Amino acid sequence: MSSSLVFDEWKNQSLEEILWLCQEMVEDTEMPTAKKWRKNGGKILGHFQVYFPEEIAHAAGMLPLKICGSSVECRHADSRFGSYLCSILKTSLEQVLSERLELDMFVTHPICDAARNLGSVWGRNFEYPCQILYLPQNPNSKYSVQYLRDEYERLKETIEKIAGTTISDDDLKYSISVFNKNRFLLRKLYDIKRQSPWLVSINEAYVLTRIGCMIPREEHNELLETVLPMLDNRKAKKQDKIKVVFEGGFCEQPPLDMLRTIGRSCYVVDDDLLIGLRWILDDVNDSDPLKGLADAYINKSSYSPVQHDLRKLKEDMLMERINSSNAEAAIITAAKMCEPGLEEQVTYTHTLDEADIPYFMSEFEENMTSFDHLEIQLETFVENIIFD
Amino acid sequence: MNDAKNILGRGNRDGAKLFRDWFSELSKSAETGNPAAYVFVMGSMAEILRVFDLPMVFPEINSLQTAVRHVSDDYLNEAEDYGYSPDICGYVKADVAMQLRGGEHPMGRIPKPSIAVLTNACNTYLKWGEIWERMHGTPMFTIDVPATRQAGNPSMPGSEQFEREKKYIVAQLEELIELCEKITGIKFDIDKLREIMNNANKMSSCFKRILDLNKSKPSLFNALTDGTIYLGVANTFRGTPEGVKYFNDLVEELEYMSENGIGTLTDEKYRLSFIGVPCYPIFRRFNEMFTEWGGTFVTSTYLWFATGGANLGSVYDLKNPIESLAQGILISVRDAMDSMFNPEIPMAKMIDDFSLDGVVYHPIKSCRTVSTGLADNRRALMEMKDIQTLFIESDMMDKRVVAEAQMKNRIDAFFEGLASRKSREAVGEV
Repeated sequence: MSSSLVFDEWKNQSLEEILWLCQEMVEDTEMPTAKKWRKNGGKILGHFQVYFPEEIAHAAGMLPLKICGSSVECRHADSRFGSYLCSILKTSLEQVLSERLELDMFVTHPICDAARNLGSVWGRNFEYPCQILYLPQNPNSKYSVQYLRDEYERLKETIEKIAGTTISDDDLKYSISVFNKNRFLLRKLYDIKRQSPWLVSINEAYVLTRIGCMIPREEHNELLETVLPMLDNRKAKKQDKIKVVFEGGFCEQPPLDMLRTIGRSCYVVDDDLLIGLRWILDDVNDSDPLKGLADAYINKSSYSPVQHDLRKLKEDMLMERINSSNAEAAIITAAKMCEPGLEEQVTYTHTLDEADIPYFMSEFEENMTSFDHLEIQLETFVENIIFD
Repeated sequence: MNDAKNILGRGNRDGAKLFRDWFSELSKSAETGNPAAYVFVMGSMAEILRVFDLPMVFPEINSLQTAVRHVSDDYLNEAEDYGYSPDICGYVKADVAMQLRGGEHPMGRIPKPSIAVLTNACNTYLKWGEIWERMHGTPMFTIDVPATRQAGNPSMPGSEQFEREKKYIVAQLEELIELCEKITGIKFDIDKLREIMNNANKMSSCFKRILDLNKSKPSLFNALTDGTIYLGVANTFRGTPEGVKYFNDLVEELEYMSENGIGTLTDEKYRLSFIGVPCYPIFRRFNEMFTEWGGTFVTSTYLWFATGGANLGSVYDLKNPIESLAQGILISVRDAMDSMFNPEIPMAKMIDDFSLDGVVYHPIKSCRTVSTGLADNRRALMEMKDIQTLFIESDMMDKRVVAEAQMKNRIDAFFEGLASRKSREAVGEV
C-alpha cells in the first residue's frame, strides 16, 4: 500500500478550517487525492454506488474509490448515452473519459437498470477489467450468503491479479478492523446529528462523510477521531428549527448548496446520503472474513430503494428512521430520472400521509445551481409545520 | 397451391387466435377469483408454475397491448395522478392504472396476482413486484440469476463458477416450489415438470430454427411485427401442447416459404436489424416507415431478450429436471441480459450471416435496461464493422415522446444513405 498520506492538510487546523478543507476537496472535480495516490505508486479500484465490499480492495493495497458522480460538464460521456438518464451515470464516466481520474479496475452493481449497463459501457471504452458485482437480489434465499461469499472470492481473485499480490485472511481481517472502526466513527457522527443537530449541519456532516469516499480509510478514521470531539465541544446555539429526515441520496448526490439550503431551514437528523458507507450496521465478524462480509451485507444492513428484502419493507424502515431520530417531518427527494428513487417516492408519501407526518417532496440533479425556489418552498413548508 | 393457401399466413392467424383465447382464459380466472401468477418475459418460470396449474399473467404484454390499442395514455395519466413520475417505466404505470381499475383491460379482465415471480433480468421487475406487494399483499419471489460479470466472458458449464451459480439457482427453485405448494395447496409433481420441460424443449428448438430461417433471401418474416407475435406465443404458451403445435406449424410455414422463394416483402431492398424495444404507440406506422423503402427487419434483439433467451434453443435434460432447469435459466436469462447490454458482440457476426445492410437502434425512455448503453454500443459496432446505423429515440408506451415527423425525417435520411451506398457498391466504390 502507498505509505504517503493523500490528504493531510487538515492536520493541526481548527474545526472550521478542517470543514472548509474537506469541502474544498469534496468539490474538487480534478480528484487530487486519487492523483496523489497514483503518484505514490498506488492502484485504484473505482466502484459505482451504492455498496461495495471495499475491504477486499483495501486488503490488496488498492485504494477503493467510490464513484458517485461529479459536477463536471459531460463533453465526452454524453455521446455514450441516450437522453433519458440520470446525471450520475454520465458524470461518472466523464471523470474517466476526461482523464481526471485514472483507474485500474471498475466495478458496478445491478442497483438499477441504468447502472448495470455501466460495466459494459465502461468495458467498451477501457482496457482494464470492468465488471458487475452481482450482489444478491434475493437476499431472502437461504443460499444467498453462501452465494455472495463465493462471489466475493471471485472478486478477490480478480483484484489479486490487478494488484499483483495475494490477499491473505490476515490481510482481510486487518482491513475489516479498519472499516469496522470507520463505520463506528460514522455512527458516532450520526449520533451527534440525531442528538444535537445544532452541532453539525447536514452539509458539514456530509463533507466529513464524503471525504471518506476518496481517501484511504485509515486517513478518514484519523480525521474523524480528531473532528468528532471538536464537534462535541463546539459552541453552537440550538435554534428553533424543525427536525427532519432526508431521503433520496442513496446514489446520485444532491449538490452541496442544496444541502446547505435545507440546513438553513431544518435540522437534518438522519438521512440516506452515501448510505453505502454506512450500509453495514454493526461490526463485521472476521472469523471467516469473506463470509463475515457477505453475512453483514445481507443480515446486518440498512435499506435503500435498490434492494428488495422481505424483512426490510422500505416504508417501515423510513418510519423507523423518522421515529428513532425524533424527526417531525421528512424531505423525500429523488434524483431526476432515477427510476428506483422516483418509484419509492410514491410509497413513502402514501405511508407518510397515513401516519400524518408532514413531508416535503422534490427532485434534484447533481449539477443544479439554483435553489431559490427550493428555499422559498421549504421555508413555507417549515412555517406551516411551526404555526400549525 | 392448396398447401400454400393453408400454410401461408398461418403463424400470424393462429398467433392472434391463441392470444384472444389466452386473454379470455384470464378473464375467466378474474371472474372465478382463482389464483394467478404474475410473471415476466425474461424468465417466466413457466415450467414450475404450470406444474401448479397457475394461470400466468404477463404484465408487460398487458401493458404493451394498451399502447398497440391506443389507450395507453389514459392508463399512464391515471398512474401519474396516483403519484408515479412521468420518468418511470410506462409498462409499470399502465399496470398500476389497470390494478386501480380492478383489472380492466382492453382485451378482457386481468385477475389479481396471488404470487409474483420474477428474475433480476430487469431491475424494474423488482420495483414492480413491490407495488403488488403493497397493493394486494402479493407474495413476491425473485429468482436471482448471476449474469455475465464482464462482457464476452460468461462462466461456462462445468467451471467452478458456473456450478456455484447453478447451486444458487437450484436453491431458489426449491424455495419457489415450496412457496407454490403453500399458495395452491397442490403437491409438486416432478413428472408433470418433465412433461412441461419436454414441451418447452420442442418450442425452444423450433424458435431457434425460426430465427435461423430468416437468413433466407428474401427474408421470411419481419422480426419487428411478425416476430412480436411469435415471441408473444413463445412466452404465454411456453411448455404447453398448444405452444408446441404452433411452433411446429410455424417452422413448416417458414420452411415452405424458404423453399419457394416467398418473402415477407414483395420487393426486399434492405435487410435490417432492430436493436431495442418496438415503438408500440405507433406500432404499424413505425414499421411502414421502413417497409415503404423496401426495408425489412430480418433480426431483432427484442426476439432474444424478450423471450428470456429462447433464441439459444437450449434443451433441458429431463433426467435431472431441477438441475437442468436451473442450468437452462442461468444460460438463457443470462443471454437475455447479454443481448441488452452487449448486443454488438453477436451483431458483429450476424451482419454477415444475415446479409444485413443496416442496424436500427431504438432506445426508449421507458426502459433503461435496454436503452442505457445503446449509443455507446452503436459507436462500438461501427468501429467493429463497416455498417450503416440509425439511432432514433422514442418510447414503447408514451406517445408524448414519440415524434413521428422527426422520426420519419431521420428514417428517410437513413435510407437515402443506404441507397447511395448501394449505388456506390454497384460501381465498386465501396
